[in-house]
Amino acid sequence: MELFRSHVLICGGTGCTSSGSTELLKRFEELLAENGLEKEVKLVHTGCFGLCEAGPVVIVYPEGAFYSRIKAEDVETIVKEHLIKGRIVTSLLHKDSVDSTGAIRALDEIDFYKKQNRVALRNCGVIDPENINEYIAFDGYKALAKCLTELSREEVIDIVKASGLRGRGGAGFSTGMKWQFAYNSVNDQKYVCCNADEGDPGAFMDRSVLEGDPHVVLEAMAIAGYAIGADQGYIYVRAEYPIAVKRLQIAIKQAREAGVLGKDIFGTGFNFDIGLRLGAGAFVCGEETALLASIEGQRGEPRPRPPFPAVKGLFGKPTLLNNVETYANIPQIILKGADWFANMGTERSKGTKVFALGGKINNTGLVEVPMGTTLREIIYEIGGGIPKNKAFKAVQTGGPSGGCLPASMLDTPVDYDNLVAAGSMMGSGGMIVMDEDNCMVDIARFFLDFTVDESCGKCTPCRIGTRRMLEILDRIVEGKGEDGDIEKLESLAASIKASALCALGQTAPNPVLSTLKHFRHEYEAHIYEKRCPAGVCQKLLSYVIDPAKCRGCTMCAKVCPAGAITGSVKQPHVINTEKCLKCGACMDKCKFGAISKK
Amino acid sequence: MPAYNQSMYLELDKVIETNKGQKGAVMMTLQSAQDIFGHVPKDVQIRIAEGLGVPLSEVYGVATFYSQFALDPRGQYIIGVCLGTACYVKGSKDVLDKVVETLATPVGKTSPDGLFTIKDTRCLGACGLAPVMMINDDVYGRLVPADIPGILNKYRA
Repeated sequence: MELFRSHVLICGGTGCTSSGSTELLKRFEELLAENGLEKEVKLVHTGCFGLCEAGPVVIVYPEGAFYSRIKAEDVETIVKEHLIKGRIVTSLLHKDSVDSTGAIRALDEIDFYKKQNRVALRNCGVIDPENINEYIAFDGYKALAKCLTELSREEVIDIVKASGLRGRGGAGFSTGMKWQFAYNSVNDQKYVCCNADEGDPGAFMDRSVLEGDPHVVLEAMAIAGYAIGADQGYIYVRAEYPIAVKRLQIAIKQAREAGVLGKDIFGTGFNFDIGLRLGAGAFVCGEETALLASIEGQRGEPRPRPPFPAVKGLFGKPTLLNNVETYANIPQIILKGADWFANMGTERSKGTKVFALGGKINNTGLVEVPMGTTLREIIYEIGGGIPKNKAFKAVQTGGPSGGCLPASMLDTPVDYDNLVAAGSMMGSGGMIVMDEDNCMVDIARFFLDFTVDESCGKCTPCRIGTRRMLEILDRIVEGKGEDGDIEKLESLAASIKASALCALGQTAPNPVLSTLKHFRHEYEAHIYEKRCPAGVCQKLLSYVIDPAKCRGCTMCAKVCPAGAITGSVKQPHVINTEKCLKCGACMDKCKFGAISKK
Repeated sequence: MPAYNQSMYLELDKVIETNKGQKGAVMMTLQSAQDIFGHVPKDVQIRIAEGLGVPLSEVYGVATFYSQFALDPRGQYIIGVCLGTACYVKGSKDVLDKVVETLATPVGKTSPDGLFTIKDTRCLGACGLAPVMMINDDVYGRLVPADIPGILNKYRA
């Protein structure tokens, strides 16, 4: 085996690739070759490190130097100083990775990582996802070997059940029970499917697992195939995730060559293979029956359950369907035991959960914490709080099916049941933080706009009901809200929740209901006072000039397309609100900060 | 507007021949057709339906269900402004409005010069760079509306 004195890990996740990490990799390759260091320094293009805010990220071992927001021109400095002369380039280090004495902190002591416990993301940012040997070196395919050679099918299912693992895709159904149901169905052909159609806006943990550790999904699916008695698997992955698709293709090819997929795996007579199917851009395909219809090449419309897919699924055969993050937990549960997993988390939500932190937060990225960690710990201690000293207003969890939780609920320990009790849900783990500048009515309207667009149209409550709700919200944000609108929204929401065919429709009203519950005053301000407290809803704004700050430079009057601003030179100007088009041009032009919107 | 020539149709016929009778043939054929023609106009859908021996309604049903399929010709550059939640709360709507204003073209349509098609896309998963916009495969992050005219000009050269 080749030995290297240094390892340079370059993040190849989507966030860092978008901010130029591929260019960094090329630059490192060039410079290492120029300096004859190829045999001393190993470059590893890894999956996501999680701290996307600091991207592109480069880590140099053995020192553990954590370089953030690196540009192509910085690479030369790192090579010359760090790799040749052995001097860490302190000025390029992530600010939180150096302590007050100037010494480097270990990665797990950085605030962002300190409270994390990476189970599903274990290998992301650690191994090269395009090399099966790196996965194998980190105990990869050992769990599959253990199942095939030491455990009976029933024992595997019992371990998954005893671990308490619940589906990470949103609904939180017991994974072990799902496996049991699929096992119980008697048929000559069964299928194992993986839902990699991550659709919740603001959630990208599945994408990170697929990009950073694709083999873990293949291994877990093979284990599931053994347990339920299936020899064929399908991964349904979004076509919008090109890096994930490419790494899955490479992983499947390498796994077949290594004999961990295909015929007679480990000489045990067990056969299992996996095919990829690309999603074509329909949010509803995250719903299990719709996803299966889409794999069959049909319109991705859900159908009523029962029969559940465990009885009648893909091509009419018993089918087990789990999400990416759920699968990513399986091999370690098999290796470390159900008790190890069940010791993490809360009473009814075991293990860890990956959250995608985004929105108005300092450390945007992926975090994995034990269930039961409070929102405050996640947002303030790991996420680093709200930028620009703005006030926290709400955190949205669960995507378009979830809700917005206010500051008073920051100490809620996050698990499936607590979030539902609080009027939101876990969903796939998106966590979008909003500050005082976000209007909650506008956010509710945003989500409803999403569900109206993505409704498949099969059932009436979702197709027509959500559209009526959106029309009411559109009126409210345009200043045409009427007395009784809130009540109408609530009554429509209740009907849709009770009667829609699938989870997409049943949960579509949640963003409206949760904002009504916690931010009703904002709705009332829009409807009764025709005012948007956060200053977002354009039609409800009025621009005013502060006479104390105005120097009478006449710039605003010149730029106003409606001629709504009047005043003499060197005298404070005034805006005629009747004529004002609310375009904001005057505010952009004013050099004295005299114009504000209210 | 791209011209459809005989060779495109011949290529499509080959795809149809390969996929005929397979499970999920309609979607796979449409995906290939979109690669060949850049979009899937009515004539292409009819050809697929007749070739695969399925009703045209089924082909049209699948083509209109998924946002990936375009029924109208698209521009040389597809601009996708992310309207995922993380981008939205950081002002991607203002970015989209600026694109629409700059090109004088509504969302979902192609600019009169045939150069740009504007789309509002679902979460691109690059939330760390919010708000994000893609032009074909190029990603632009941490945008403010004022960046837009300069970025678009790069593609006009």
